[in-house]
Amino acid sequence: MTVFLIIIVVALFAITVWQLSKIYQLSRDTNTIDSTQVATDKDNKTQGNLMLAFGIAFYIFMLYNFWNFGNRALPAASSEHGADYDNLMLISMVLIMFVQVITQGLLHYFAFKYKGRKGQKALFFADNDKLEFVWTIIPVIVLSGLIIYGLFTWSDIMDIEDEEDPIVIELYAKQFSWHARYAGEDNVLGKANVRFIEGANTLGVDVSDSYAHDDKVTGEIHLPVGRPVIFKMRSQDVLHSAYFPHFRAQMNVVPGMITQFGFTPTQTTDEIRETEYMVDKIDQIGEIRRERSEELMAAGEEPLSDYTEFDYYLLCNKICGVAHYNMQMKVVVETEEEFNAWIAEQQEFIDTIESEDTQNPADSGNVEGEEVAQVEN
Amino acid sequence: MSAVGHAPVNNAHDDHGHHHKETFITKYIFSMDHKMIAKQYLFTALIMGIIGITMSIFFRMQLAWPEESFKVFEIFLGKWAPGGVMSQEVYLALVTIHGTIMVFFVLTQGLSGTFSNLLIPLQIGARDMASGFMNMLSYWLFFISCIIMLGSLFVESGPASAGWTIYPPLSALPQAIGGSGLGMTLWLVSMAIFIASSLLGSLNYIVTVLNLRTKGLSMTRLPLTIWALFVTAIIGVVSFPVLLSAALMLIMDRSFGTSFFLSDIYLKGEVLHYQGGSPILFEHLFWFLGHPEVYIVILPAMGIASEILATNARKPIFGYRAMIASILAIAFLSTIVWGHHMFVSGMNPFLGSVFTFTTLLIAIPSAVKAFNWITTIWKGNLQMNPSMLFSIGFVSTFITGGLTGIILGDSTLDINVHDTYFVVAHFHLVMGISALYGMFAGIYHWFPKMFGRMMNKNLGFVHFWITIIGAYGIFFPMHFVGMAGLPRRYYNFTSFPYFDDLADINVLITVFTIITAAVQLVFLYNFIASIFYGKKAPQNPWKSNSLEWTTPVEPIHGNWPGALPTVYRWPYDYSKTNENGEYVIPGQDFVPQNVPLQENEEELGHGNVVGNP
Repeated sequence: MTVFLIIIVVALFAITVWQLSKIYQLSRDTNTIDSTQVATDKDNKTQGNLMLAFGIAFYIFMLYNFWNFGNRALPAASSEHGADYDNLMLISMVLIMFVQVITQGLLHYFAFKYKGRKGQKALFFADNDKLEFVWTIIPVIVLSGLIIYGLFTWSDIMDIEDEEDPIVIELYAKQFSWHARYAGEDNVLGKANVRFIEGANTLGVDVSDSYAHDDKVTGEIHLPVGRPVIFKMRSQDVLHSAYFPHFRAQMNVVPGMITQFGFTPTQTTDEIRETEYMVDKIDQIGEIRRERSEELMAAGEEPLSDYTEFDYYLLCNKICGVAHYNMQMKVVVETEEEFNAWIAEQQEFIDTIESEDTQNPADSGNVEGEEVAQVEN
Repeated sequence: MSAVGHAPVNNAHDDHGHHHKETFITKYIFSMDHKMIAKQYLFTALIMGIIGITMSIFFRMQLAWPEESFKVFEIFLGKWAPGGVMSQEVYLALVTIHGTIMVFFVLTQGLSGTFSNLLIPLQIGARDMASGFMNMLSYWLFFISCIIMLGSLFVESGPASAGWTIYPPLSALPQAIGGSGLGMTLWLVSMAIFIASSLLGSLNYIVTVLNLRTKGLSMTRLPLTIWALFVTAIIGVVSFPVLLSAALMLIMDRSFGTSFFLSDIYLKGEVLHYQGGSPILFEHLFWFLGHPEVYIVILPAMGIASEILATNARKPIFGYRAMIASILAIAFLSTIVWGHHMFVSGMNPFLGSVFTFTTLLIAIPSAVKAFNWITTIWKGNLQMNPSMLFSIGFVSTFITGGLTGIILGDSTLDINVHDTYFVVAHFHLVMGISALYGMFAGIYHWFPKMFGRMMNKNLGFVHFWITIIGAYGIFFPMHFVGMAGLPRRYYNFTSFPYFDDLADINVLITVFTIITAAVQLVFLYNFIASIFYGKKAPQNPWKSNSLEWTTPVEPIHGNWPGALPTVYRWPYDYSKTNENGEYVIPGQDFVPQNVPLQENEEELGHGNVVGNP
């Protein structure tokens, strides 16, 4: 591939030099008026043929892209609404590729077919109401279908009030880490505001609010499979965006207000690891990393860590500062029992505060924050 | 209508035939001549373009070969690239300034500024703009804003780095990112001046088109370039002031302690005093300009492509009135779709539904235009000049980029591709590359009008083919990077292993970037060399119908040596035949606008409704 590209670069450079010398020769006699820089029949022929060649090459290139890169797109969705999302995406993709193939084909074919020749007469064809009606009305119908399908899906996704028995989790964003706060036994989050931030209370939870006492602050998200979850999002500094690519979920996190997004995970971490897609992907990445590690070791540097297990993740997807690219959190989807066992181990908020009061370790919150930002490589 | 408009103008400009003495300064620097101002815009935009594209090469190199050391970074980025390794700060700064420069300084003023100034008076048969002084002022304000923007690159704490959309709080708080200090202040000042410049220019264009059309030139006989530039100016007047108000409020939040956009912020160990503002308000204000802005960029390119396709196809533009109607429809809809940038911003989901609806509506006039262009070249006699190639390329990239808009404009589908490389690929094709093609097409086509010489066609062919291959090579694969869930504005993709398998696509994209950028040097050489050594141009090299080709090759003040031309027909009478199958003017496949109707000739039903003399 690289060799091929280098050859192209060299060839293009050679053409350039050749053309530059040509223009230099041509440009010596500059004061006679002539039309040699207007396309001749010969130019029309060459360029028209090139148009056809390009049209064909463009088809091949598109196929090559779908063939080679298409399999690296995200795997099938791991959430309930994600299935609808994928379906709508597929329909839209097929539709736009259909239009793309037809219109690009016509454009480049016409450019080839009707290339100028001396004596050829163009058709004086200025207007045709019927044709224009047809290609106004077709997009109208097709787009109406898409709009209606899209809007129904959208309101299903966004209308999270009527979810049955959801887990409520607060997603808390700051430069450059995420935290989660589970609502605890009562499933109601305690009040919070940045003005309450102090010591171990890094999320600014209102200690005097009794709903807050059983809240649990964690550095990972665990979700039981098949149960709706509602994320209430808060940021303490700038805009962030909570992006769960595998769940087809995203919402900006806005300082000064609470935004929300809900979904129901349908596939546990263990299950997705066993899918063919993920096994292949991990193999492929493993191979790439091994090669890279060998190069690094040959250069006397440390090799990369192994990547053997896939985990869901949450990414920041709104520019939020210098370490924006490295602001993420692990997401685990597991069975109800596993989840219950995990959540039982987490410390309740009131205990965190009280233990701080007795031991008073300075800035324990910041240390935790550092750890999350420094994800092992 | 036009009969009323033109009368006083002739009198006012009668004395333009006589030259008053011009010094170097009044002729080349503080010129009030629209043709010179057009060139000034073009040169400034080209220089800004070189800077903007160079920046994109730099950050593409970082993305393909993360944290590798390059000598060129050390030279150009200095302390921002210790040991030749690009720092995180400057990566974001480059991305931000690249966006700002390309959108505003190159594509807005490079297209609208250059071609409105050049073409409006020449194609409507006017001596000059309505106000030459305002026109000059507009350019010099633009120049000052360029200088301030470039000056911000040398600020100690770095230039603006919050993305070209400068969403607060990141852009408001220097504690959050270094670039939000003096760099951001200069960015805002520069943009405020830019907006003033754009408003002065736009008002002038509108007034000129409405009032200074020559005799017989009704609105329905205008070339589509003028329609596009005219409507662009209107959109600019409607939407740019909103950005100014957003910028002013942001300046107040930053410097005077107000809280328009900020609330409940805890940063660097302390709670800031801001209370009650909303960043989402800023997003609304920004995109109220930001979305029409992409049409400000693309409409002139559409107008240019329409004109050049018809001229070189030797055929009338298909569906002239439908083209005008779609320009107007796009302009109207463009002001009510801004919310599609904000589907996941946290605004009410119901608003998302409304904006999905309006956004997908805008696909309809866009589709009509694309079909009409394709029909225009059907059964033509295509003259493959470089400008024609770029116009065909424009249609191609506009379709490719526009189609993915159907995915992004759908609030549901936007959820997962929002702010990924899918978006980057989409808007670069549909507004970046397409608008650049429009600009190149315009430069190749009107170069003889600007400089009285021809550009070299063979270099033009080389430029076109490598550019179109390279541009698709960059942006087509980029869609797949986005479909893999890769967010944009990431300094590298290697901090966690999941995206490692995208590395080869990123290298491919960067290699194409370097090739495509390098071939622009061929264009620059051709452009500059042709100004001095190009072949002397004939008066009407492309055998075009519109009025600018009736002026002398050597540009003169006042444009026409004698009386202003009178218009008798629309500008697209190419290959028009009489009933016996002969061309209307025997042996000539075009009939310029200033040629009266011939014997037995019928004016075919497009522009004879208003102002038919």
